[in-house]
Amino acid sequence: MTPRKKRRLMLLLAGLAFLGGAAALVLTAFQDNIVFFYSPTDLATKEVRADQRLRIGGLVLEGSVIKDGKTVRFKVTDLTKSVDVVFTGILPDLFREGQGVVAEGRFANGLFTASDVLAKHDEKYMPPEVADALKKSGQWQGQETAKPQGQMK
Amino acid sequence: MIAEAGHFALALALFVALAQGVLGLYGAQRGDKAIMGAASGAGVALMLLTCLALASLTYSYVISDFSLVNVATNSHSAKPMLYKISGVWGNHEGSLMLWVTILAVFGAAVVLSGRNLPPHLKARVIGVQGLVALSFLAFILFTSNPFERLARPPLDGNGLNPLLQDPGLAFHPPFLYLGYVGFSIAFSFAIAALIEGRVDAAWARWVRPWTLAAWVFLTLGIGLGSWWAYYELGWGGWWYWDPVENASFMPWLAGTALLHSAIVVEKRDALKSWTILLAILTFSLSLLGTFLVRSGVITSVHSFASDPGRGLFILAMLTAVAGGSLMLYAIRAPSLKAGGLFAPVSREGGLMFNNLIMSTAAGSVLLGTLYPLFVDALGGGKVSVGPPFFNSVFIPLMIPMIAAMAVGPMLTWKRGDLVGVLLRLKFVLAASLVFAGLVWISTGGRIGDLAAIGGMALAAWLFFGSLWELGERALLFKAPWAEASKRLRQIPLAAWGMTVAHAGVALVIVGIVGSSTWMEEHIQNMKIGETVRLRDADVKLDSAQEVPGPNYNALQGNFVFSRDGKEFLRLSPERRQYRMPPRPTTETAIQSTFLGDYYTVISDPAPGGGYVTRFYWQPMIPWLWTGILVMTLGGLISLFDRRHRVGVPQGKRRP
Repeated sequence: MTPRKKRRLMLLLAGLAFLGGAAALVLTAFQDNIVFFYSPTDLATKEVRADQRLRIGGLVLEGSVIKDGKTVRFKVTDLTKSVDVVFTGILPDLFREGQGVVAEGRFANGLFTASDVLAKHDEKYMPPEVADALKKSGQWQGQETAKPQGQMK
Repeated sequence: MIAEAGHFALALALFVALAQGVLGLYGAQRGDKAIMGAASGAGVALMLLTCLALASLTYSYVISDFSLVNVATNSHSAKPMLYKISGVWGNHEGSLMLWVTILAVFGAAVVLSGRNLPPHLKARVIGVQGLVALSFLAFILFTSNPFERLARPPLDGNGLNPLLQDPGLAFHPPFLYLGYVGFSIAFSFAIAALIEGRVDAAWARWVRPWTLAAWVFLTLGIGLGSWWAYYELGWGGWWYWDPVENASFMPWLAGTALLHSAIVVEKRDALKSWTILLAILTFSLSLLGTFLVRSGVITSVHSFASDPGRGLFILAMLTAVAGGSLMLYAIRAPSLKAGGLFAPVSREGGLMFNNLIMSTAAGSVLLGTLYPLFVDALGGGKVSVGPPFFNSVFIPLMIPMIAAMAVGPMLTWKRGDLVGVLLRLKFVLAASLVFAGLVWISTGGRIGDLAAIGGMALAAWLFFGSLWELGERALLFKAPWAEASKRLRQIPLAAWGMTVAHAGVALVIVGIVGSSTWMEEHIQNMKIGETVRLRDADVKLDSAQEVPGPNYNALQGNFVFSRDGKEFLRLSPERRQYRMPPRPTTETAIQSTFLGDYYTVISDPAPGGGYVTRFYWQPMIPWLWTGILVMTLGGLISLFDRRHRVGVPQGKRRP
């Protein structure tokens, strides 16, 4: 083998080793860290392990928000089913009744304990998951026709 | 009228860009000096026209001309002047105007500064640059026209999202764009080189300063965005691995790799086709970033409402740019002559190692960012990939990289002596271990912190190692001081830049490790006069009152910090209710100290007369921001290296 070929082979092997290592890292990380999205209807019909992290999304049910100091309870609905959510902490600025919301946490015994309630920078925005959840439950009212408006970060 | 003039200038720019692209490429092919000269002229004209268009849009914002849709939806007459101007790029249409203007300015800079470039290469670079500008101008004119008029102008505008009314964010998009667009120059050079079938040291000398400048801007832009998220959003973090953040981080990773591989091309005439590939990928990732942000295909906490039609246009553009250039690469790259040989353990090998890790990292971030799209497209349901994924991939990748960063610069070109270098670094190793030990003892010596202590040792290894390399170059501990200081002055600025930038990375690591390990968070319902313990301080809610602002009303809380009964700090965070658009925002109050930040947030009054408050102790966070600035400074120092300015070393030097 010429030195040039040898070097090529060496680089190729190093590259492959890296790719393999990275793939292994990525795959194990995916296994543990993927968070699935559930609509309130999904939660009512599907089996969910109590230790599994998941995201839920829908609208904050009007009149359901109860603030007790730093702990907040509210219901997230896709207008077919709703789920009780409890969250401790300061809610994002744009959290409001009747608005779309995405929360991440765990679901056990009919109660969703949220560790994160995702902040939205734009109140006209509807998370695609929430829009889909509403479409699935047949309650979508076509906010798509609202004038699109880009907001730069 | 002014807006129409801007619109007209923009339409004219479209044709000028077309001419620039065609004339540049055709002229170079024909070898016709006159045609190539015309392309250069078009490059300058394009800059003037886009500047004119941007200026007229800015003017419309400044005088609050609400007959423009864009101004009416994004501005308000009662907004402070700074945010009227930054509002220009605070929205989709305006930010694209800024993008294309920067692109044209960079293109003109190549025209004006490239006198000693080979004329063919220069014409081709300008031509490619013109084609990129053409696609963006078409995008603006056909899908996102900022000069659209309203038949019935409103009395006042909708106002700018108050979260964006902030000095940090006023300058974040321009810097980010300067970075993204800067990489377009490296891209144009790569395409031109592929057409010519020639890459040499002179080529790399041209590409390096542009890449470096883009990298400096991008680093600063990402830093500003992260800083803004930290103090403005009030959630206590500074990076969420959100798709929009990743969108800017991927080109940064690829650009960092490009920066390093271009050195090998320049110094050793090796890794040529790899460098070309990196230049293409870096710019493609910049375009992909724009696509991700603008199309809204991925749920992001930043979540911009957006238009799928626009996303489709950018996707088509991305496919054309990435697909077309990769095809060209596949056809032409084999004809590039392979250059110098090197052993795996050598300076080139070290830079190669950096490249492997950086591109692997960029690839993993890309995979994690796009994974929800794939899964959804394959019918696997809605998933999200969050910080835990990125952390568990990214951290193991970075550890060997940082360990190698101290070693690489000390290896010689072609064939290095790893054992010898490690022996030379024995004091550095000892110092890092001592530093890590001190950190461990001072934080309480918990076994659970050992991983973080390892991170601290790594940061110290890199910091001391970088300084040691500089010291050895100057014979700082061997020769007498006079000799050493003379040598120190003779070290090229590029080498200084590297040392400073690498030391900056070390500071950033200290900030990341410290803040993620020893952060304290307290959320509570407080009544006036109540006290909470935060790290070493007692924090008392002294009072809370309504405070009026220029375009908002605020609830202000006054917190008194005391240590052993002695007051040492007052912080007054606010909860603002903006009038237009009517929206609440959180204004944190932060006091930075050498070891960390005291961070306070106040929220709505709770029932029963209290306020929900949130306190953080954010250790080492100031080191993070300092580190980013130091990295940028390193880039700047390197940029001022005479060898970069002169361009082609063999050419005649001007006095």
